[in-house]
Amino acid sequence: MKNLFLIAYLDLKESLRAKWFVVYSLVFGGLIALFFIAGVTESQVMGFSGLSRLLLMYIQVTIVILPIFILITTVRSISGDRDNHILEYMLSFPISLRQYYWGKIIGRFITVYIPVIFAMIIAILYGAFKGAQIPWSIFFLYTGLLFALSSAFLGIAFFISSFVKSSEIALGLAFFVWIFLLAFIDIALISLMMQQRFDEQLIIFIAMANPMEIFRVAAISLFDPELTVMGPVAFYILDSMSQSVFVALSIGYPLTLGLIFAYLGFKIFEKKDLV
Amino acid sequence: MIKVSNLTKKFGSHISLDNVSCEFHKNESIALMGANGAGKTTLIRSILGYYHPNNGEVLIDGRNPIKERVKVLKNISFVPQLPPPIKLSLDELVQYISISANVDKDLISHYADEMQLDIKANLSKSFFKLSGGMKQKMLIAISLAKKSDIIIYDEPTANLDPKARDDFYRLLKQNENEKVLLFVTHRLEEVKELVNRQIYMDLGKVVSDEIV
Repeated sequence: MKNLFLIAYLDLKESLRAKWFVVYSLVFGGLIALFFIAGVTESQVMGFSGLSRLLLMYIQVTIVILPIFILITTVRSISGDRDNHILEYMLSFPISLRQYYWGKIIGRFITVYIPVIFAMIIAILYGAFKGAQIPWSIFFLYTGLLFALSSAFLGIAFFISSFVKSSEIALGLAFFVWIFLLAFIDIALISLMMQQRFDEQLIIFIAMANPMEIFRVAAISLFDPELTVMGPVAFYILDSMSQSVFVALSIGYPLTLGLIFAYLGFKIFEKKDLV
Repeated sequence: MIKVSNLTKKFGSHISLDNVSCEFHKNESIALMGANGAGKTTLIRSILGYYHPNNGEVLIDGRNPIKERVKVLKNISFVPQLPPPIKLSLDELVQYISISANVDKDLISHYADEMQLDIKANLSKSFFKLSGGMKQKMLIAISLAKKSDIIIYDEPTANLDPKARDDFYRLLKQNENEKVLLFVTHRLEEVKELVNRQIYMDLGKVVSDEIV
């Protein structure tokens, strides 16, 4: 275990010094600051106001930028070390591949999760200081959702990193995964739905299998438990499960997906030539 | 100590090691030579357990370096030809090595001093920001402090000035007993005093293996 935490600790320290981490933290911290400066907490749209509205906006922006940040900064984790021969040297010491791989994942998870959650905590603290009502249920839901989304994309990134031969290909693949989950899959499904080629329930099921989509729906489910903003699609979701089960699924599913991808990545890392 | 049996390693259609068999024993200092692409680095990496062979096997003290990498690597020190751009500070790198391989930090400092590298003044510096020579000295100091039974050097003196090379050879002389020293080199004259066996490789095969 000491080697696992050693790798995680050193990866964390290395990441905290990296320029990408500064940019990453500034983006999320800056978003919150921008929302406060823009007076989002004072505005009211569709019944959302105060900190709730700020957190909803934060989460809507986060869903777009968090996955790409995680993918780009993490996907080169192992492939980059392999490319520039760091892996060759670091693995010449008696560290098991299991400790190295999972240690890297733990270190990287803390690195990507802390700025996102920290920005939310700052928002809560500043809101409390300004006398706003704290929407704790939303805060805890978003904490869980962000944890799950970070896990999903971290797992996918490590999976890609474990089998690609160069970090350029890893980056290209990461970008493709991001744009595919963000937009292409929706466009394709909308087109299929319009052509009525497949059963609507199947199309909704495929859409919900996308971790970004389930995150998006779960994020509004606390404000709008009936999911009325989604129109008839809400019927298919809430007819299959209760709102609380859906929230649990929206956290549990991406988390499981991330773990599965991370595990597959480990099996590839273990079976492939290391350098 | 190291037994390579019928080892074949292919990368796509290219055969990097072609049915190589050899053994390395205690108190042997071996110069592993050959042209670029002869298979020297592939052989070393196979000994370190980095490659899954297409055929044959490597055993180190009877152990497979892939299946029992932790036990095997406890007894191997390795210095690559080009120091990698590790972003850890020297302090963190020393911490990594002392915890993972149970190496005495003071011993690393001792060998660094012997190599004329002031480690204490550079502890907070990133390893990759050091000069090529300093990096190489650091890796050599680590390799000696690890007190391994097998030491593998891939062109270890490439970045060293003449004085540092002398220091390196002097330290090796002091530490060669009961060990296997394996040098990958293109310049036999530099290690001639140290080696007692010369192996030439070409096109993935051992073409000559002489005791000197």
